[in-house]
Amino acid sequence: MSLEQIMFTLFAVMIMVFSILTIASRRILRAATFLLFVLLSTAGLYFWLNYEFLAGVQVALYAGGIVVLIIFSILLTHHINHRFDKPALGNLIAGIGVAVLGSALAISTLLSFDFGTKATEAIPVDVNAIGKQLVSTEHNGYALPFEVISILLLAALIGAIVVARKEDVTETESK
Amino acid sequence: MSHTIPLHYFLIVSTLMFFTGVAGFIIRRNLITILMSVELMLNSVNINFVAFNRYLYPDQMQGHFFTLFIVAIAAAEAAVAIALIINIYRKFNSIEVDHVDEMKY
Repeated sequence: MSLEQIMFTLFAVMIMVFSILTIASRRILRAATFLLFVLLSTAGLYFWLNYEFLAGVQVALYAGGIVVLIIFSILLTHHINHRFDKPALGNLIAGIGVAVLGSALAISTLLSFDFGTKATEAIPVDVNAIGKQLVSTEHNGYALPFEVISILLLAALIGAIVVARKEDVTETESK
Repeated sequence: MSHTIPLHYFLIVSTLMFFTGVAGFIIRRNLITILMSVELMLNSVNINFVAFNRYLYPDQMQGHFFTLFIVAIAAAEAAVAIALIINIYRKFNSIEVDHVDEMKY
């Protein structure tokens, strides 16, 4: 077994184990920590595939941004030792049933399909190439999605502030 | 690289991760845990995009860019969702889905 195979197996097993623990843990803060491990192992898979920039984005945005945001909101809304009640039996059966049936169907389908690997030369995906293609208006350029997503981020920023802002004192008194 | 691990292994990992997220979405009754399940699903789709890009079209970068955009959208979505969750907590003093069932207050 080569080192590459060992690394892939390690990341894959970590992803599967921790994603199951994320939804199975009854302490919500632990669930968030397990989610962090899942996201870090995914970044490991990106490193394994030689997408270093993407792995950096994954660590900085997902592990650094979203998980910290989730942990903040957990600390604001829950007592730190909060434990969930056991889930209802109907939900448990429905959830596990959907997951088992769906994954069995998807895996059997994709195992029976042959993805022919093409013998094309791999291009280096460094920051230079990514930056050039991201703002290029030529063929295969991503200038328009880039602009759209910057508008979307601005909208989300304003939306989050408007939603989370405290209501006006006078407005609440008049109700 | 591609001769040591076939593409199918990546797809199996991401399938299992996706359906774990689906199961969590159905089983859990807490808004933050539901949000975490959605993040799991988004993340598994990202793995698919990246693996397809590297294995089938290594001379292009489409999957790479789609993953980049999905990560950005997931961050925006999480920010808005958490603002909503905190607002719901202020009104109902709980973020269990079963307690948040009135449209009017």
